[in-house]
Amino acid sequence: MNVMTTSRRKFLTGSAAAAGGLTIGFHIPFDALAQQKPAAPAATPEINAWVVVKPDDTVVVRIARSEMGQGSLTGLAQLVAEELDCDWSKVTTEYPTPGQNLARNRAWGNFSTGGSRGIRESHDYVRKGGAAARMMLVQAAAEQWKVPAAECTAANSVITHGPSKRTITYGKVAGAAAKLTPPTDVPLKDPKDWKIAGKPLKRLDTVDKLTGKQVYGVDLQLPDMLNAAIKDCPVFGGKVKSFDAAAVMKRPGVKKVVQVGDSAVAVVADTWWRAKSALDELPIVWDEGPNANVSSATIAAVLKEGLDAKEAAAGNKVGDVEAALKAPGVKLVTATYGYPFQNHATMEPMNATAKYTPQRCEVWTPTQNGEAALAAASEASGLPPAQCEVYKLHLGGGFGRRGAVHDWVRQAVAIAKEMPGTPIKLIWSREEDMLHGRYHPITQCKLTAALDEKGELTGMHMRISGQSIVAGIFPQNIRNGLDPVVFQGLNPPGPEASIGYTIPNLLIDHAMRNPHVPPGFWRGVNLNQNTIYLECFMDELAQAAGKDPLEFRRKLMANHPKHLAVLNAAAEKAGWGKPAPAGVFRGLAQCMGFGSYVAACAEVSVAKDGKIKVHRIVAATDPGHAVNPQQIEAQVEGSFVYGLTAALYGECTVAGGRIEQENFDTYPMMRIDEMPKVETVIVPSGGFWGGVGEPTIAVAAPAVLNAIFAATGKRIRDLPLKNHDLKTA
Amino acid sequence: MPKLNVNGRVRDYQAEEDTPLLWVIREQLKLTGTKYGCGVAQCGACTVHIDGEAVRSCAMPASAVTDKQKIVTIEGLSPNGNHPVQQAWLAQDVPQCGYCQVGMIMAAAALLKKTPKPTDADIDSEITNICRCGTYNRVRSAIHQAAGIPAAPAAKRT
Repeated sequence: MNVMTTSRRKFLTGSAAAAGGLTIGFHIPFDALAQQKPAAPAATPEINAWVVVKPDDTVVVRIARSEMGQGSLTGLAQLVAEELDCDWSKVTTEYPTPGQNLARNRAWGNFSTGGSRGIRESHDYVRKGGAAARMMLVQAAAEQWKVPAAECTAANSVITHGPSKRTITYGKVAGAAAKLTPPTDVPLKDPKDWKIAGKPLKRLDTVDKLTGKQVYGVDLQLPDMLNAAIKDCPVFGGKVKSFDAAAVMKRPGVKKVVQVGDSAVAVVADTWWRAKSALDELPIVWDEGPNANVSSATIAAVLKEGLDAKEAAAGNKVGDVEAALKAPGVKLVTATYGYPFQNHATMEPMNATAKYTPQRCEVWTPTQNGEAALAAASEASGLPPAQCEVYKLHLGGGFGRRGAVHDWVRQAVAIAKEMPGTPIKLIWSREEDMLHGRYHPITQCKLTAALDEKGELTGMHMRISGQSIVAGIFPQNIRNGLDPVVFQGLNPPGPEASIGYTIPNLLIDHAMRNPHVPPGFWRGVNLNQNTIYLECFMDELAQAAGKDPLEFRRKLMANHPKHLAVLNAAAEKAGWGKPAPAGVFRGLAQCMGFGSYVAACAEVSVAKDGKIKVHRIVAATDPGHAVNPQQIEAQVEGSFVYGLTAALYGECTVAGGRIEQENFDTYPMMRIDEMPKVETVIVPSGGFWGGVGEPTIAVAAPAVLNAIFAATGKRIRDLPLKNHDLKTA
Repeated sequence: MPKLNVNGRVRDYQAEEDTPLLWVIREQLKLTGTKYGCGVAQCGACTVHIDGEAVRSCAMPASAVTDKQKIVTIEGLSPNGNHPVQQAWLAQDVPQCGYCQVGMIMAAAALLKKTPKPTDADIDSEITNICRCGTYNRVRSAIHQAAGIPAAPAAKRT
């Protein structure tokens, strides 16, 4: 490994040391030199890919998934530590690099951190990693004492030989344990016996975030590094026609002006501010192409046509909905909803630092998927993956933007390729970040349902029209026009994103209509709008049937006990059926997604001037196993901020083919003054593993919209709320 | 050469007149705890203290600040990360991704200096920083804790 990387290691480990040992920085694991000379005596050998125990008993747990705020780093460490039976106060963490994973035949499995999968899709093998390491440590102690391993027990990083009462710490036998053959049969604990997992432990990564020492992508410093600012054609699909580099080359600090791909121009300077200022002054002529004619209105018209189009892909079909809707004597209820484009707006804008030589390409970047970043670096550099490396830096928010596509990595590598040997740090301005997102998909939904004389729901057709994320990002996964992810929360009964109602005649189908605005996986993904469509319409049906919204739902949910249990938990805790404070009205919503069952009851008042206040939200979550209740609470609270921001303000509109909102002045966010009290009820029913970073977002908007209806009698069917006037006086 | 008084030290810097204070702090003085979020004083990630007042440094030209004015960044808020706000933040496990938290902490510290026992209404009007992860309720509770006011009991788990 080269000088640059070594300096970075020193810098990062130095910052961690300064924090006082309560937490550690995310330094590159493995002493790079020891890797090249495996016999280096100073290196602490790993027990297995997941666990290193140092002679001073420090436990290093390797974390393959990225920490982007949702706490999975701490949760994963808890799971490993639980099975390792180690002293939690001695646990630290580190990221293996994507290059290491590649070189070791993916010893750490998948690096992808999205879809609330961090824990739910790796709990089994990380726990086995911890358990196998414990078995090897115990075996090593037994061999040292020349006693049967079965006579030894492990707890809190100490191995005890029962008969002789001898003890030894993990650190003392780690070296010997590392040489043992790993066990093949690795039993795991029953979660009811957990002592570290399942407990409301504090996060491992807090201290440096309070002192400014935490190094995010934008903070990286490398010797001789230059900085770059970039402007991509604001109209998606447009190209660079020309630019006048000479106009800015004499500005202070400017080193180079480069075209990046066919659609972007970057300025490289000694500081980022100088690069950005020069870029602002750089004359660029764009060839905007045909998309320059697209607007929000033209997109809406295309989606509207899809609502009644003949062709659509069915995602959930039960009975004969056509007949049910035509049956004599039924009351038909119909409504059309819509959900807008939104930007992820991570607080840290997209950024990457790249260093290219004809032999090697290195990238330092905050990413939700280090392996995808490595693939992007390889493609952009033209070097095979084995000659590339990615060092994951802490993420200032991810929310899905930093996972599936690594457009900013490709750009950084392309710029670095123009200046071989010089590290280039590319930071997007907020404006660039707003104009070049991978947006929450835009859809509309038309729902038509039949109620019989008794007010029972006999049939429902739910037609979704609009954008497919999968078609935009992984088009190879679209089969016969069907994007299965579009039906999140609406799937037939099963372990993932299933609908919580039994409706005798049901058709949920999708007419795919893909505008030119690139879609992305936006925290909560398609569960967000699908839950609004379904849960608000359920409220409309309850009203049409003259029934209480909770009672109406309960009757349809008898065969969905987990969905029902969280709905009941939220409703009971909120006091559904009992009087709310004067002027306050309640609304309900429930859904299942990302492996978990969630429900919310919102308490809302609407003033005469139309001002909405969300006073209190009670939220219930059944994630199967609750790995860290305190972090689940934090995710539920945070999900309401994300979900309520979307409901109140979230909207990117299109004019002239480009996004109109360029910064937080026109793309506002909910702030502390609008934050309701959140009461979290965790009802883990066991037997499965659900995610917690996303599902609750989906119930935020429909619970509030249903409460607004209760308060005002007005049905809001398209978001955000800022576009609606709820004035009554 | 222009000078700034940052964290008790007078330091030279080199930058064009219109360079925001944020970028002088980050790129000239290499104090990267203060963050860039929006560049238009909307989000507060860049909050520093100037003579004790919370200021959004992304929209303040460095040249508008004299070396007589005392700038404090997160790196200078406390010697060992033990300012009451930092202690309360640790106790309440406030940060998620953490990117906005430095600005939040600086805004909270400035609020407490001016208003040692802030009400919820004071917090609502003075803490206008954006957090996308959604730490607001813990921020509020930690400010109360830092003020020595017992925070409202956390929601009970069942």
